Amino acid sequence: MIWQFDVVILTLVVISAIGAVTVKDLLGAVILFGAYSFMMCLLWAIMGAVDVAFTEASVGAGVSTVLFVAAVFRTTRRTRD
Amino acid sequence: MKKAGLVIVLFFGGLLVYGTLDFPDWGDPTSPASLHVSPRYIEKTLEETTVPNMVTAILADYRGFDTLFETVVIFSAGLACFFLLRTRRKAPGTRHYRHRPTGIVLHIEKGGRLPDDSTEFERIDSLWVPHDLIIKATCRLIIPFIQLFALYVIAHGHHSPGGGFQGGVIFGAAFILYAVTHDLREGLQRLGERTTYAMCSIGVFIYAGVGTLCLFFRKNFLDYSALAAVLGVDPATARSHGILMVEIGVGIAVMAVMFAIYCNLSSVGKQDEGL
Repeated sequence: MIWQFDVVILTLVVISAIGAVTVKDLLGAVILFGAYSFMMCLLWAIMGAVDVAFTEASVGAGVSTVLFVAAVFRTTRRTRD
Repeated sequence: MKKAGLVIVLFFGGLLVYGTLDFPDWGDPTSPASLHVSPRYIEKTLEETTVPNMVTAILADYRGFDTLFETVVIFSAGLACFFLLRTRRKAPGTRHYRHRPTGIVLHIEKGGRLPDDSTEFERIDSLWVPHDLIIKATCRLIIPFIQLFALYVIAHGHHSPGGGFQGGVIFGAAFILYAVTHDLREGLQRLGERTTYAMCSIGVFIYAGVGTLCLFFRKNFLDYSALAAVLGVDPATARSHGILMVEIGVGIAVMAVMFAIYCNLSSVGKQDEGL
């Protein structure tokens, strides 16, 4: 495990997580959440849990992003809070 | 109120971080988990199940109950989406038909419809945008490979990362991709609603069925070595084959549930006009 990678990815995880909850545009929040999942996937892969990383990439970054986009498409894109 | 919430979140977050300080270090060989549980699996898995990928063996064999009920959880998620979102097909409002040669769009109101097999007219969504030829052609090219990869992930889970869940999700994603790039009705023509829900339960049934089959051979539920006599192999290989059967069940269930949730979400339960 290379600690520089760890620091970069963990910073990106925190940034995208904070971005996903604070951003006003819900579609942007979905994309940020997808980026968060993908960074988590990289973290799992770095720690040697390849199966978990695979699941995270397919479920977290892939299908759940699509489901969120579908939900945003059928509700509203702007949030009031 | 917001500040009070922040204080509470920070307090409990700090408490959690403080709690994790007592955990053993990452990869610590003297931690309790690495002393008793892990070595047993690392030493015995290949011998007992002939599966090189320990994760798959533990997931589907040693911890088979866990995975069975994980599949049931996914199945119930699909059912919950169905019961929350699916509405009965009421008399539809306006339908839109596009005349192919001229591009003129007809709005037909009060549930009127043109025959579905009309070659001159095609039914379009109310929020219709012209389909991009490049996107359609690319997806047509890429979807078979996605599906093949999904099958590989399911079948090769014994030797490499992967298994029923991941393969099922990738297979479902291929159908979702088709429904996104064409439209939902065309996607549903490929994989109908009834088939989807039947496959949801068939997947869980395969898993539980393989488990129950073991009972008939006087072994425990989900002890696949009982299938050795039926499959004509030694008990260790039978466990490997049992894992494969179970993974196929999981793959079918997960694939169908993903597509079902997508269809219900993107069409608000009408299964008519989608994303």
